This record gives sequence, C-alpha cells and structure tokens, in this order.
Amino acid sequence: MYHNQSVMNPSTAVYRGMKRAGIDFAASVPCVNLQQLLALAGGDPAIIHVPVTREEEGVGLCAGAWMGGRRPALLMQNSGLGNCINALASLDQLFGIPLLMIISHRGSAGEPMVGQMPMGRLTAGLLDTMEIASFSPTPSEAEETVERAWCLAAKEGKPVAVLLDLEFWRGK
Amino acid sequence: MRRIEAIALAAGTAEAQDALLVCNIGFPSRELFAVNDRVGNFYMLGSMGLASSIGLGLALARPGRRVIVLDGDGSVLMNLGTLATIAHRAPKNYLLAILDNCCYGSTGSQSTCTHLGTDLEKIAKGAGVAGARTVTDAEGFSRALQDDGVVVMKVEVGNADVPVIDLSPQQLLSRFVKAASMPPVNE
Repeated sequence: MYHNQSVMNPSTAVYRGMKRAGIDFAASVPCVNLQQLLALAGGDPAIIHVPVTREEEGVGLCAGAWMGGRRPALLMQNSGLGNCINALASLDQLFGIPLLMIISHRGSAGEPMVGQMPMGRLTAGLLDTMEIASFSPTPSEAEETVERAWCLAAKEGKPVAVLLDLEFWRGK
Repeated sequence: MRRIEAIALAAGTAEAQDALLVCNIGFPSRELFAVNDRVGNFYMLGSMGLASSIGLGLALARPGRRVIVLDGDGSVLMNLGTLATIAHRAPKNYLLAILDNCCYGSTGSQSTCTHLGTDLEKIAKGAGVAGARTVTDAEGFSRALQDDGVVVMKVEVGNADVPVIDLSPQQLLSRFVKAASMPPVNE
C-alpha cells in the first residue's frame, strides 16, 4: 500500500539503480522478495537475464559476461551467498572482476521462517569476513545506492553487495 | 588419447577458428599453457566447476565470437546445473568440451562417478542438450570441435609433466579481456 505517490516502490527503486549503473546482464536465483525485480529485469530487452540453477553458477556467468564487456549483476537471496563464497573469492577477488550483488536478506527482523534464521544472522559477518563492501539503503535511497555500489565494484574490480532486508521490501 | 593431446587439438582448432578458449582449473590449464598459450585463452585458477559457466556468460555477452570451454568430468559433476542452463540458452557460438578421464586428475586421480558408469552425455541430453555426444578419438573430437553444444571426449588418466603458469591472475585476465573485446576476424 503506497498511498503517498512520492514513496518509491522498492523493486522499482532497485531496478532504476541498475539502469542508472548500466547493468546489462543479470543472473538470478529467485526469492519471493525479488519477484517484481526479476520481472522488471527479465522484461527489459537491454538486459540479458539468465536464471541459473545455483548462485555459484551465476558468479561464473557474470564473470564471463564482464570479460565480454557487459556490466553484470547477480540477484539472489542471502542463503545463496553461502553457495558462492569460494567463487567470489577464487574467481572475482583473485582476478579482480567486478560484480554487483543484489541480495534479499531473509532471516532479519520479522522473519516468519525458522529455516532462514541461521544464514540471516550470519550474512553480514560473512560479507565482512570476505571484505565485501555492503550497502543497506532504504527504498528512497536505493536507486542512488545501487548505482554507487556498481561504481565501486567497477572501480576496484571486486564484488559489492546491496543487502535488502524484510523492512526494505515492505517499503520502509 | 592423452588429455594433453586432446587439449592441443582443441587449442589448435580454437586458434584456427579465432575462438576464445576457457580452460578448467588445475593440470588442464597448465597443459594448455604449455602446448599452446595465446591471449585468447582464459586459465581458470580457482572456482572449480565454473569454467562452463564463465564460457557461457562470455558467449552470451559476445554472440559474434565463438567460445570453446575445456572442462573435466569432476568439474562438470560439481556444477551439473550448468547443463540445464546451457540447454535453455543454447547459444550457437558456444561449445562445452568435457575431457572425461573418469577421475580427479589434479588431486591424485581419485575416481569420479563417470568411472562407475555415470554418463555425462545422457545427463546433458536429459538436461535438454539434444546434440550432446561422446567421442573417443582424434577424428571424432576434431569433428565435434566444429560444432556447438556439448561433447564428451574420453581421455586417458594422467597429467603431463608441465610447469605452473608463470603469469599473475591480473596479467591473465587483462590480456584475455583485451582479446575478447576484439571483433571476430571473419567479419
């Protein structure tokens, strides 16, 4: 419910940030909170969108796409971060390959699913341990933040995360 | 056929086709570097399992360039989902060549499931890669290297006595990205 027209839909804000950053390649594994964003990216003829079977596969695809001149983003749930840690380290960080990660952060405050809690609690620490810069904007900040996150990834040749919790997807 | 001979055959073909070549981690990359190093080769140093995915991303990003991936049975078994994604996208400029020696050759030749009968051609077909096939000799592999899709090439167990790659990851990447940005020779 967005009674105030000036309040940005969270998915639209992230999508606009991706467009501002020039993202033209996206690999994804779905999350319920990503459904609108996946539809926006999937329906955009300027973005090659590849649904993958596992997040780690997406890291590989995005690395190859970047080598081919594209600006890649990986859209996933934080549970998938655990599935791609080795690839983020021994592919992207080792070679210096940029990647924008748009991560739905489940297991944060208000999470109804007990299975999401362990990775929910560990996600920020995992990113910190891996020295991956992470941004957590509000919906009104998201467009600018997503663009800034890509710029940092491209400038420094490394993966950067935008971590979006349950409150974000509720529009707060 | 020895794996290094299959690698030399693929590398020579890639060179003749002006194709970009993405190579699996471990001894396969070292063997490729020893027999036919060129700037159009990408040597995957970590991220076991992802050579096929890197090559697919590259092929989708650069539809005008041919991309060949040299992968292994152990690595493909680690990332079987890649076969479904390859089948779904099926770029005409992409060939995944799986050099199947039925073992983890870089870690002491421990058996993989292909040694026990797991059939990667059938798995690829089940994933939707209709043209997937298995070849066992130079002639069959040479023909397959002209094609797209997935080929399983059966090779002997064993690594060649080749040195480690003496270029840094940054050097390997920057020269490859430069090569990948070139327009196709034939256009």
